[in-house]
Parts: sequence; structure tokens; C-alpha cells
Amino acid sequence: MELIQPFINAADAVLGQSLRCRTSVGEVLMAEDTYQRSGIAAQIGFTGDIEGRIIFDLAPATAAYLASALAGTEISAGDDMAKEAVLELANQVIGNAVTTLNNQGFRFKVLPPEVHLSTQGLSASHDTEALLMSFDTCGGTVFMNIAMRYTSQDERAAVGA
Amino acid sequence: MEQFAPLRRKKDGQPVRYLVVDDSVFARKNLGKMIETFGGEVAGEAPDGLAAITEYGRVLPDMVLMDITMPQMEGIEAAEKILQKHSDARIVMVSSVGYQENIVAALQRGARHFVQKPVKADVLYEVVKYVMGDDVAVAAIAPDGIADGAHA
Repeated sequence: MELIQPFINAADAVLGQSLRCRTSVGEVLMAEDTYQRSGIAAQIGFTGDIEGRIIFDLAPATAAYLASALAGTEISAGDDMAKEAVLELANQVIGNAVTTLNNQGFRFKVLPPEVHLSTQGLSASHDTEALLMSFDTCGGTVFMNIAMRYTSQDERAAVGA
Repeated sequence: MEQFAPLRRKKDGQPVRYLVVDDSVFARKNLGKMIETFGGEVAGEAPDGLAAITEYGRVLPDMVLMDITMPQMEGIEAAEKILQKHSDARIVMVSSVGYQENIVAALQRGARHFVQKPVKADVLYEVVKYVMGDDVAVAAIAPDGIADGAHA
């Protein structure tokens, strides 16, 4: 959980600032089953002392609301800009969280965001923390699915991290 | 979106010209809208560091707003390569990844400033003014909303 908290804080802060409204944490569940995408989803991976990935999943109407708030102009749910807004949201949240973790001594490399097309993601295992949580916002619910684990020294050496 | 007193190049009174580099088209559009509120002009856009080098040589902007994490070539390397050819380039890094090592690496390679995402327009406006320094003037806004001159 200590690894996940910076992501929760970052998501709360970035959503609040982007949507210009108060947000609150809704459901928090350990993700024991693989993740089922329900809307427009963006995924970002990261490697280093901790490796994993984060998925943001928004209903099309919520993605359009986010895009409109960020762009300052009306954007419809079918517009590609709604998808781009979700990618940028994921990028900003993970960047802010990684900044916090880096300042605590963890070293990472963040990979560029990509649209998450699969209906499946990582689930929890003996060495992977996986969490599904939601944020209630003025534009609708934002789902965040996080899976991450500490990497061993041998693994880091193998990839030159 | 909030409006700011327009920034004009002191040498000719023209809008400040920007190159916006980010792999997210959304981020580029969003920065472009902010630039408009500063009275500036987007002279070019690039989705990665490699394209940014080419685009810089083509448009010779007054300022570059450069993301860090991008495919093909990351922003810090691109900034270094641009500055090798154009030592007077004004490059501001704009990234969500704002830890100290990244900032120091960017500044050591010649970037002038760092702005963390999500970008606040008022913060970026002040950074632009600071980095442009004596080469920019703040224009007064006439009652019709059009900039009618520039003063330091």
C-alpha cells in the first residue's frame, strides 16, 4: 500500500485541478481478478526499482467532460480528443506520483502512455500489489487500476536499471 | 480560459512564436490555447524529440515548450541537440515527471526552466516572461480587446 498511496494522492490532485471541482475516493478493492475495461482506457507502464502499470478507465461521457475542462472548449464523447485527454490524464498522474516516489529514493523509467485496448490486465499475485479504485468527480466516475511490484536486484541488473 | 496581457517581442512588436513539443496531441492543443491567451503564436508542433530538432530549424521559434517523456527521442536529449546547433534557443521543459534529477539534467543541458504538469496558465505565463527577459514587452490591451502597443 505504501507504493500505491502516491498514485492515489496524485490522481486526486490532478483530477481536482483538471476538472476544477472536488473529488472523493469511492470504492477501493484489491484486484484479485484481471481488470475488465469498461470505457476509454489509457495505460502507462514503468520500470526500475518498482515495475508495473496503471490504467485509467473513464466512461466516454466522463472522458468528454474531462477533455472539455482541460481544453476549455466543448468536446464530444466521440471525438479523438476525449481519448487523448485520458492518455494525458494518465501521463500527469503517473508523472506526479513517480516524482514523489523518486524523491523517496525509488528510481523509475516511465514509458509513454498508450490506449489500453485489452479487456484484461494484471491481477494481484504473491509479489504484485493490484488495486482497483474509483474517484467520484463532477464529471462522473474515474476508475484507476494499479498493479506493481518491487523488482529484484537480479532483474534490475538484467535490464541495466 | 483566463486572458493575460499580451506578450510581444520587443524588437518588432510581433507575437512571441512558440514550438510546442509533446507526444500527446491533447497536451499540444492545450498548450496552444494557453499560448493564445498570452497573445502568442504557435509557429510549429512536434510529437517527439527527433521531429522537434527538424521543426526548430524550420520555424526558428522564440521559445520551445518541450515535454520530456516521448517516443523516438526524449525531450532532454532533443533540447541538448537543438542547443548544440542553436546556442541561443530558449527551451522550457514541460513535464509531469518533476523530480530533481530530471530538472537538474535538463538545466545542465541548457534548458532555461521547468514547468510541471498539470500546467497552470499563470505559472507558464510568468515563466515565459522570465525566460524571454528583456526581449519581451507586455502590451496594453485596448478597450476593444486588441493589444495596442507594448511596454516593458
